[in-house]
Amino acid sequence: MIREGVINWAILLGLVALPLWAVFADEIFTITLTTRVVILALAAVGLNIALGIGGMVSFGHAAFFGLGGYAMGILAYHAQTYAALDFGIVEIEGTKSMPVIWLVATAISALAAWLIGLLSLRTTGVYFIMITLAFGQMFYYFAISWGAYGGEDGLSIYVRNGFPGLNTLVPIQFFGLCFVALCVALILQWRLRGSSFGLTLNAARQTPERVETVGLNPMKLKLLAFVISGAITGLAGALFADLNRFVSPAMFSWQLSGELIILIIIGGVGRLMGPVIGAMIFVALEHWLGGLTDFWHVYLGAILLFIVLFSRGGVIGFLTGKEGPHV
Amino acid sequence: MSEVILATQGLQKSFGALKATDDVSIDLRPGEIHAIIGPNGAGKSTLIAQICGALASDTGRVELLDRDVTALNTEQRARAGLGRTFQISALAMEDSVEDNVRLGAIGAMGSPWNVFRPVSRSADVVARANDALERVGLTGARETRCADLSHGQRRQLEVAVALTLEPKAFVMDEPMAGLGADGSKTMTGFLDGLRDEAPILLVEHDMDAVFALADRISVLVYGKIIATGTVSDIRASDAVRTAYLGENA
Ligand SMILES: Nc1ncnc2c1ncn2[C@@H]1O[C@H](COP(=O)(O)OP(=O)(O)O)[C@@H](O)[C@H]1O
Ligand SMILES: [Mg+2]
Repeated sequence: MIREGVINWAILLGLVALPLWAVFADEIFTITLTTRVVILALAAVGLNIALGIGGMVSFGHAAFFGLGGYAMGILAYHAQTYAALDFGIVEIEGTKSMPVIWLVATAISALAAWLIGLLSLRTTGVYFIMITLAFGQMFYYFAISWGAYGGEDGLSIYVRNGFPGLNTLVPIQFFGLCFVALCVALILQWRLRGSSFGLTLNAARQTPERVETVGLNPMKLKLLAFVISGAITGLAGALFADLNRFVSPAMFSWQLSGELIILIIIGGVGRLMGPVIGAMIFVALEHWLGGLTDFWHVYLGAILLFIVLFSRGGVIGFLTGKEGPHV
Repeated sequence: MSEVILATQGLQKSFGALKATDDVSIDLRPGEIHAIIGPNGAGKSTLIAQICGALASDTGRVELLDRDVTALNTEQRARAGLGRTFQISALAMEDSVEDNVRLGAIGAMGSPWNVFRPVSRSADVVARANDALERVGLTGARETRCADLSHGQRRQLEVAVALTLEPKAFVMDEPMAGLGADGSKTMTGFLDGLRDEAPILLVEHDMDAVFALADRISVLVYGKIIATGTVSDIRASDAVRTAYLGENA
């Protein structure tokens, strides 16, 4: 059995090595694929904080992914058309600056997560799954009907947004940005898990009555975790929109919420690198099998079933021989 | 210090037609161990849940240090000074023994909001947690996963978590349950000393322990307190003999 730390570093190293190799081999598409892995992993790192540590099975995280995406789409669209965003009282210029877009995307996602969490966290179990799903669908149908920003057809952005000092149109540079964002989120999750907050949140998942008995409110703990979680997934949404230079209601779809859960389960629930290895496997399957058959989700389902039946700790659990993250 | 640390007045809780607790008025005075005994299903755990805020009472009041805490929820009552232990251990089973006591220490200090600094660098949390572990004799098992503890160790850990709170009153639901003779004896010795820090409302089945420890005993039968008195009062009471002790004899 391999130590988890070794596996984690190997995964990160592989994730950097692949696109670097692709630069020299002139395999641009591989860089794009790896960037997709990194962004999906980032979205799932967000979900993993809520799901893996806090035990909140959110089936609506696409809401935050989509909000991040549309934050980018709308700001860039207004910059592209030179028409200010009219809020009635104030007008706001669009922007093509990534740092600004990221800030807006995380702030809006965090706010939405706070509201959704406030309403959903009164429930647990299946009810929590259903209510988060319902919120996700609400955003999905809203996006479809929002004609000003493309409605069902989505919104194309013609120029990639900029980051000071970088040429984001160069694929490896954009990859680098996304990779740094992923690393920051991973460091945050790692530190969070070892902090007072992580300790109490993790206990709130297992034994909420104990947490109350020591004078803490499990709901408040979970709410903060949900907000952090939503903000990270929202940032991933903004990056995803920039990768594709396109946003559409599909970013809000329940399929996307489900895929985020699936790739966490494949990688290992609550494991630091679970979302990363999960995203690698997911994108690899999507790419290779998706090229062979339209029914590649069947194979994804088979893998998921296999993992649920034979390795409850996902791929990381299988490699380390440890079922849970805290053993 | 006030004459009464913890008091209930006319507490009542029904589950459908069943009155699990019925007009229960008891108090806990400084430095004492007040034992609640009664047959299975008498309403002891229900009473504890009402005192600690886990169950809302139909009627009645709970007072802690002369303050009416009836309207407060569990966390607020914990912060006001109630230290509860559970009949069935409610521990974070996936986590280490150390993490479980640190949870108590973080709660006691009201400091769960740091998302970035490792707990191990909070000297006061660490010290408080280690201290509690040492007192119950679990220092050696500090890194053991809670799920791998023996039943007896879990009972000790239950008490250790309550110790980290440095409560004004302990409320313990059968801390000796399933401990075995040696374990019971150790726990009895420990609780004996603990009453000097804070009085203990002790629900317990182990009659040897109760008779050895209690300053006062209240007997709960079908949700009603049928007698309160010293060990000798209770042993001598005919009502108690027929209603409760008689069953065991
Ligand atoms: N949540 C509940 N719903 C319905 N009945 C309950 C509930 N909790 C306890 N009871 C009933 O109330 C009575 C008292 O239970 P309990 O307080 O656990 O007794 P004890 O701790 O003295 O053994 C029992 O008859 C039990 O079945
Ligand atoms: Mg009981």
